Amino acid sequence: MLSLFIIFLSVFLVSCGPNAQNKEQVKSIKVWHWMSDRENAFLELAKRYEKETGVRVNFELYAPSDTYTQKVRAAAQTNTLPDIFGILGEKRDFASFVKSGYVYDLTEEINKDQGSWKNKLFAKALGVNEFEQGNSFEVKPGIYGISIDVTNIQMLYNKDLLQAVGVDNPPKTWRELVEVNKKLKAKGIQGLVSGWGETWMIDCFASNYAFNIMGKDKVLDTIRGKVSYADPDWVEVFDLFREMRDEGMLASGVVTMVNKTAEQLFANNRAAFAFNGSWCVNVYKGMNPDLNYGAMLPPKVSDRYPMTIWGGAGSSFMVNTKSKETQLAVDFLKWMTDTPQQVFLSKETQGLPSNKDSLRDIPMVLSQFASAMDNTTHPNVWGVSESPLVIETFDKGIQSIIIGEKTPEQLAREVQKVKEREMAKKTVN
Amino acid sequence: MTKSAEAIFMRLLRGVYTEPFAAAQDKLRECARNDVKNLVMKTKTILQNYLFVLPAVLIFSIFYIYPFYKVFTLSLCQWDGIARFDFAKNFIGLRNFIELFQDKIWWSAMLQAGYITLIALTFQNALALMLALACDRDIKGGNIYRVIFYLPPVLSEVVVGLVWKWIYDGNYGLLNYWLASIGLSNLVTDWLSNPNTALTCVTIIHCWKGFGWGFIIFLAGLQTIPRQLYEAAKVDGASSWQMFKSVTLPLMAPVFILVSILTVLGTMQVFVLILSMTGGGPGYHTEVPVTRILASMVRSSRFGYACSQGIMFGAVLLAVSFVQIRLSKYMKQA
Amino acid sequence: MKEGMKYKIERFLKDSVIHILLIIVSIGCLFPLLWMVGSSLKTQQTIFSDMSIFPKNPMWGNFYLAWTKGGFGIYFLNSMLYTVTVVFGIVIIASLAAFAFSRLKFPGKNILFYMFLAAMMIPLPGSFVPLYVLMTRLHLINTRIGYILCMINVGLSFSIYLLKTFFDKMPVELEDAARIDGCSRLGIWWNMALPLAKPAIAVIVIFNSLNVWNEYILATLIFSSKNLMPLQRGLMIFQGIHITEYSLLMAGMTITTLPIILVYLIMQKHIIKGITTGVIVG
Repeated sequence: MLSLFIIFLSVFLVSCGPNAQNKEQVKSIKVWHWMSDRENAFLELAKRYEKETGVRVNFELYAPSDTYTQKVRAAAQTNTLPDIFGILGEKRDFASFVKSGYVYDLTEEINKDQGSWKNKLFAKALGVNEFEQGNSFEVKPGIYGISIDVTNIQMLYNKDLLQAVGVDNPPKTWRELVEVNKKLKAKGIQGLVSGWGETWMIDCFASNYAFNIMGKDKVLDTIRGKVSYADPDWVEVFDLFREMRDEGMLASGVVTMVNKTAEQLFANNRAAFAFNGSWCVNVYKGMNPDLNYGAMLPPKVSDRYPMTIWGGAGSSFMVNTKSKETQLAVDFLKWMTDTPQQVFLSKETQGLPSNKDSLRDIPMVLSQFASAMDNTTHPNVWGVSESPLVIETFDKGIQSIIIGEKTPEQLAREVQKVKEREMAKKTVN
Repeated sequence: MTKSAEAIFMRLLRGVYTEPFAAAQDKLRECARNDVKNLVMKTKTILQNYLFVLPAVLIFSIFYIYPFYKVFTLSLCQWDGIARFDFAKNFIGLRNFIELFQDKIWWSAMLQAGYITLIALTFQNALALMLALACDRDIKGGNIYRVIFYLPPVLSEVVVGLVWKWIYDGNYGLLNYWLASIGLSNLVTDWLSNPNTALTCVTIIHCWKGFGWGFIIFLAGLQTIPRQLYEAAKVDGASSWQMFKSVTLPLMAPVFILVSILTVLGTMQVFVLILSMTGGGPGYHTEVPVTRILASMVRSSRFGYACSQGIMFGAVLLAVSFVQIRLSKYMKQA
Repeated sequence: MKEGMKYKIERFLKDSVIHILLIIVSIGCLFPLLWMVGSSLKTQQTIFSDMSIFPKNPMWGNFYLAWTKGGFGIYFLNSMLYTVTVVFGIVIIASLAAFAFSRLKFPGKNILFYMFLAAMMIPLPGSFVPLYVLMTRLHLINTRIGYILCMINVGLSFSIYLLKTFFDKMPVELEDAARIDGCSRLGIWWNMALPLAKPAIAVIVIFNSLNVWNEYILATLIFSSKNLMPLQRGLMIFQGIHITEYSLLMAGMTITTLPIILVYLIMQKHIIKGITTGVIVG
């Protein structure tokens, strides 16, 4: 028994010892990220950077994203953030970080040398990380982050399955979509699959159609509280989901499906349509390289306003104001968004680069995604943001419509009620 | 010691003393010294006793009491978890709690957790008891069963969630595959997305994972009941049911209480399983208190509110455990 | 005699029914485990189309791949280190405290004990951030000792409660005899209480080993250096934002589950006795 005790004590003492992190002469910066699939690509880039400049870049992975968010927030509280990190979440969280002084202002660097860095990137890539004049978050205007890729979310269609029901061209309007689905249902093929267990995906789909039905201004006015959610246009948006349910256009289990499951289904030819982002190209390739599919804008309901999809910056990095090596960090980010690195990343991850000159040798579907970048918008560039409770009621409510527990009118009234409660809170504060 | 001092004084008073005054004084002083020594010894003993609990209390205060205190103060504030925290600025009093009382989703999450707990208390423990009774009968392979039945609790909840999600899956799932192959395809549904079945399916998984603990404890309890009691009852002509009622039940009562307390505490706090199987959906149908707290913390960035939810949850659990312990004391007397 | 035969047949039927029930439940318990192992032998493409438990071409290489790609080597050692030290720490600290609560007298004993009990009933899902802040101030963040202390705290309440109940059952006469023989309190604890409590200690060992081995969130929060991370961290590598490498993930999970099953197999003999003598009659 005593010998065990001694062993335990010695082990205990060993673990007390300092973790040998030798203070080297080499300059180094630390990067915290959450992208498990890109770990290898990042490590490769770090190696190249060290060879080129002698600066060591330590990439550290913390997954999944919820845990990453908690870690970053906890580190912010104790001023132990790394040199480069990412902020996952809504723009209001980003604003909070900036206002608390954790994020380094990149505006100057971006505009240096007549904006040489700025001009390399897609405008949409910058917008998500930018706060404009007069933004509702009261953040000093400027650019606070840099994205290393861009994405957008569109509809995918399975060419083989559509041909099996005699459809050669994908539907361009909502009516056509409903008709095609009737044919699919007759043959027992599932219609649309998407990760609508993840509420933000439902939000995206609904928002796209909201823009199409009532136009951007009305949507933003609703968020500002000037238009009611019980407005017939919003009811029309909710009604689309009811229609999808009644017509059986949705794959079964869509409301608790995570996006990964949806991707498996589409990749294995189990559904004719998918609603997913440009990252899916890599995913589908891994699961089924022979998948014959294409990308298109969601079929429009109305001709009054354009169909707008969500897109913009994919993954973004920010620099820590309290970092001891802010210039090194900024330089590294500049290097990462430079053409050779962006081409590398794009090839490795089958994603869209944020650098305009880097679209080389990309698969057909990816170029379909790229060409749609002009139709994109994103909540983070609207300058106003909806309260989280309203968003939750909205998204979960649509799930209820899909499972037949609520009617569109009911949901519209419910969301409006929550909205009014939240607006009242804001004036009290 | 004081008694001998008293005796000396008594002798003095009676005028019968054989020792000189100085010597008597010395004796008194010695008695007092011994008193002090005793007191010192006693204090030393008590202090040494404290040493036994010191490491535990130290660690506990640092890693539990302090965060608890912080959570408590945060529950009285409005904070998003990011901005620089200033107690005075963010203090909003009991507003979080007032909002919490009216939060319908919170209470339905509580009810849903309660539903899972109720089923766990009844079906899970009934199954565990049945299996324990079965294994108690000196049947062949009892040891092997003991090992097998304890496997589910050993698996991590992430694994359990993933595997069962595949089984339940509406499109690829094995359950539907088998139902279809034995001709019951009209029962095929998307188990985890159907609002009527989602919560129950999750409950079944939780019970599957949890019955191993109950099984082990019940079996151990059964094995402490002396065989002679059963023999005596059999000689008296009792049937199996009567034996169960008069011998097993009363002697197992404390075990039942223990298992039920542990079941309630463990089941109400379920969340990893829910997150890996349904994420709280469809709608709010499989939300439980802990998933709501996490949503407030991370999704809505309402840290103060999340803390108040945590405190409220703790209060409810405390009340329930208190009732259970009271019940157990009452049943012990009965 | 006819009645004897009838009794035997009855008994045989009863036993068979019971056996069938046991077997059905066993299949239900074993099945997910077997499926996990089987899936680790499939490829990423076939994992959702192949319905069999055991694939025709088992990819044994997946285990090796999972080990190297997941960097399991150092994570495995870390997990073992943490599990051993935390369990040891809890056994010592909790048994000392439980012994004191059970056998020694000092003011405030009851209050302290109820405090520990209450901790079991009041979970703190939101306490991560205050904990993080506190540990940073104490310079315990990103250290092994910090994580170990944290995990010791997690298992303290249950362990103290269990051990105290067990110590309460210890016969007073034995203790008096030992004291008369001149044994100090520490001596009684070491030489008498602990050996007698071996079954309860087995329960605590397996319970806390499980907790530490499967723990993930605290580890990710507290540690920033890869070489301090435990096993569960290695599994996260396979769950990318967009792509999950299922067969490797399953292989990794099989690897992480095996040691715990081993610990249980070793300890399970003690467990039955432990829960018998200690907690029940209490």
